[in-house]
Amino acid sequence: MAQVILFNVTNGLIIGAFYVLMALGLSLILNLSNVINFAHGNFLALGGYLAFALSPTLGYWGALLVSPLLTALIGLLVERLMVRRIYNRDPVYSLLLTFGLAFVMQDAARYIWGPNGLPLGLPDILAQPITQNLFFITWYRVFMVTIVIVSVIGLFAFLRYTRVGLRIRAGTFDLETVSTLGINVRNLRTFNFAVGCMLAGLSGVLAAGQIGLNPNMGDELLMPSFIAIIVGGVGSLVGTLFGGLLIGMAAALTTVFYPAASEAVIYAIMMAVLLLRPRGLVGEEGMMS
Amino acid sequence: MTTALVAGKETGASAEQLAAARRVLMLIAIWGALITVPLWLPLLGGYTALAGRVLVFGLAAMGLNMLLGFTGVMSFGHAAYFGLGAYGAGLTLRYLVHSTPLAMLAGTLLGGLAGTLFGLLIVHRRGVYFAMCTIAFGQLWYYLAYSWNSFTGGFDGLRDFHREAIGFGPLRLDIESGGTTFYFFLLGVFAVGVALMGFLLRSPFGRTLLAIRENERRARFLGIPVEQHIWLSFSISCFFTALAGTLYALLNNFADPLALHYSLSGYFLVMTVIGGMRTFWGPLLGAAVFVVLQDYISSMTVNWMSFIGVIFMAVVLFFPRGLLGARRRGAA
Amino acid sequence: MSKLATSVPRRTFVQAGLALGASQVIGAPFIIKARGEEPVKIGMVNPLTGVLSALAQSEVDGAKYAEAEINKKGGILGRQVQLLVEDSANDVGTGVQKTRKLIDRDQVDVILGDVNSGIAYAMSQVTNEKKVFHVVPGGHTDPITGTNCKWNVFRVCNTTTMDASAITPELVKRFGKKWFFITPDYAYGHTLQDAFVKALTKLGGTYDGDMLPINNTDFSATLIKAKAYKPNVLLNNMGGLTQINCMKQFTQFGMQKEMALGGALFELESIKGCPPDAQTGWWTMEWWWNQPNVPEVMKFVADYRAANNNKTPSARDWFGYVSVQTVRLAAEKAKSLEGPKLAAALEGLELPPDVALQPGKVFYRAGDHELMPNIFVGEVHPPKGDASDVFTTAELVAGEQAAGSVADTGCNMVRPT
Repeated sequence: MAQVILFNVTNGLIIGAFYVLMALGLSLILNLSNVINFAHGNFLALGGYLAFALSPTLGYWGALLVSPLLTALIGLLVERLMVRRIYNRDPVYSLLLTFGLAFVMQDAARYIWGPNGLPLGLPDILAQPITQNLFFITWYRVFMVTIVIVSVIGLFAFLRYTRVGLRIRAGTFDLETVSTLGINVRNLRTFNFAVGCMLAGLSGVLAAGQIGLNPNMGDELLMPSFIAIIVGGVGSLVGTLFGGLLIGMAAALTTVFYPAASEAVIYAIMMAVLLLRPRGLVGEEGMMS
Repeated sequence: MTTALVAGKETGASAEQLAAARRVLMLIAIWGALITVPLWLPLLGGYTALAGRVLVFGLAAMGLNMLLGFTGVMSFGHAAYFGLGAYGAGLTLRYLVHSTPLAMLAGTLLGGLAGTLFGLLIVHRRGVYFAMCTIAFGQLWYYLAYSWNSFTGGFDGLRDFHREAIGFGPLRLDIESGGTTFYFFLLGVFAVGVALMGFLLRSPFGRTLLAIRENERRARFLGIPVEQHIWLSFSISCFFTALAGTLYALLNNFADPLALHYSLSGYFLVMTVIGGMRTFWGPLLGAAVFVVLQDYISSMTVNWMSFIGVIFMAVVLFFPRGLLGARRRGAA
Repeated sequence: MSKLATSVPRRTFVQAGLALGASQVIGAPFIIKARGEEPVKIGMVNPLTGVLSALAQSEVDGAKYAEAEINKKGGILGRQVQLLVEDSANDVGTGVQKTRKLIDRDQVDVILGDVNSGIAYAMSQVTNEKKVFHVVPGGHTDPITGTNCKWNVFRVCNTTTMDASAITPELVKRFGKKWFFITPDYAYGHTLQDAFVKALTKLGGTYDGDMLPINNTDFSATLIKAKAYKPNVLLNNMGGLTQINCMKQFTQFGMQKEMALGGALFELESIKGCPPDAQTGWWTMEWWWNQPNVPEVMKFVADYRAANNNKTPSARDWFGYVSVQTVRLAAEKAKSLEGPKLAAALEGLELPPDVALQPGKVFYRAGDHELMPNIFVGEVHPPKGDASDVFTTAELVAGEQAAGSVADTGCNMVRPT
């Protein structure tokens, strides 16, 4: 039993890492633009499908690199053409806009690539278990977690040490002041939206290797990401990081004892956090109101 | 200068009268159209069940609009209270008593009280954060309904119940067979709900909500307990939506988890915005447009999701005031 | 003067126009066309969007193919057939609404659907109330032709019990009696696992298993548990895309070296979504296209491919095809399209070889309205030559043998008097 639990803690970290990547992109956009991107799951699917379309010509590694960038480009266009027009309006409009966009993107994926599930081929090296003893840790899972860790470190370093990153962080706290300092907030938001979509695209390529491609693939991952953000504390990327890991572990551990509740448990955690610590685990006071 | 001002005053008075007359005309038009549905709808290629759906979704969206349009707070989780109303009614009919009124009471209480309690937790949040908490809380009920197989029927939905004829002594309302009688029953409940809502919004309480919507900070300085009012508005709005949910269960003789899903919350919001979220009747009009469009488009093409999605985006980008809102702006 | 002169004729013109328009609108329903002119309308409700869309699309393709074939041969009772397809979006409320719409507004003679058993059942409540003949092409849970059976409802696909009891002896014979189940936590999964457990314990087997959420994406926790249990066979009862993920993770973990894999359904649509190394295990097919010894099948498959962009028909295409053909067969026997007469005609009716498309006697059992076809038991493998040649039949199990007696199904058919 102890061994099973240990296995599942490891496994929970792997699932959690995945939620983290998705939730970080969502969180970035939410913090700076005050927009809940309902289409985030569809950007994830888009990333996966683009990798599927590109891998025959570019190979897996090329697709892994190019597909998130293309997703970011599409995200950039979406922001430029639509999202930016409603920043100053009631938040209901941004929600409905991205909600409608999610419908269109899902339908487009079904129209272009068909309703059937599609497999994304992996290089042989990644598809093997590491050892017979630790059979559930395939090279692919190790690879996934490595990519997530590298991206998270990269993202935090970018936000901390680059000029643009610092501006994004500053904008999260006080957009007005940033704007009066002469920084072009419009471009900053566009760039930030594109980075968020790039993270979604990357999650999509990684998810495609793990769970395959289908037009609805982003839907099931969207809610856990929301909850990761709420649990961690809205406004805090570090919080999102911990929130994602926490709910991933909780879901995995619940599977050991009562598998049918593995989805419900993350909602229970969210309720507990809202009750006991409304600002979230790492969130700052006042950020959520 | 002065003459112009006096003239303006005079036309102002007559404009007020005109507005009152227009309001009465509009009420007559709305109720006239609703009462005569069984006569004209089949001629236009509709069917009465469709009109029932419009009423149910219209009531739910109007309930939501009390919060969104008249208090200025957005919930993206109202499907939860709608669905809880449906499940409350269904579970009562299935396990407890074969009584339509009691089932409706139970469903309304279940959805309304769940909203009231949850409202306490999130009343300090605003804007997208409030919305986000409502989505996540709503999905909690969705998962509960779909995992609890033995009680709620799980993914397949709650079945094996049906609406019962309502009897008051010798009076008997036979709504079991659906059709016109059931439509008028829905219309009756809808009328009571809407009248109550109108009364609440015209009361001092309703005016206070408007004050909060227009300027929360100023309302606070005036000594209005803002949180308490938002909480009340949220709760009342949940009760109305839950009432609509009970009607939905009666309409389908069925309750399924998708009645709790956040996409339905999104539909309610879109109905409200299409019709005009700052107007009283807008959500009903929006529900009619939405239900008919969805019914029509989804029969025409498998790619109905694209059409619906584009409609959402187009409304947001080009038509944010909605049908009635635009009319009002045009009149002013 | 001139103003008045022009305004009068215009008003009369408008009035005349209104009257004309109104008479057309109001008049339409009262014009009863000669029966021969009006097509026989068949309404199909299926989840064309959502997670079951691939299966639903195949059923629609099969039904459309049958529609075209019947119309080419002169229609049903001398009238052309018109298939009206509606999307249930995998939502019960929408499914019920669309069924009402087809019956009330489009006045269809027959209803087909739905892939989702929950929706199929909710639809059957409506069709039963309206006394409309209803064929369920592909919703599997037992109660539709069991405890909830209705006089107007017939089903083409197998019950979960039939599929489970067809393959259990084969799995036990080949691999052993210690099983581990991975089952989706809803009515379909529960009835399927119950059917397996019943068949397995009869043969003296033991089992363990996990019930998982329907849309579960990660199976590692459960697979770890399965590995610790050391079963002979792992039963993957998940459906659609979830089943594919489970298969992939199973093979990624290298578990195929330690235990056999199998289950009731692994449909052609799903097999094609798997990478080659996950195309494995022992399964049942409810119909299979590659039957070299049956000439009707080879002709059907060739014609079907020619008509459908070289798509190989799956069991789902066959369900759709048989459902529409069933309407024709029942109508020709009953000489009517009234629900009760169609239902009476179909009880016990045997499908002709060009519809059954398999050897032996295939018929609708009168007691529970369930079609009794052969069940194809065999092994799934990566494509051999033809891209759709991913299954080899080892044995044909007669449907009636797998289904058990009518009394076992719990169906108590109440027919209209």
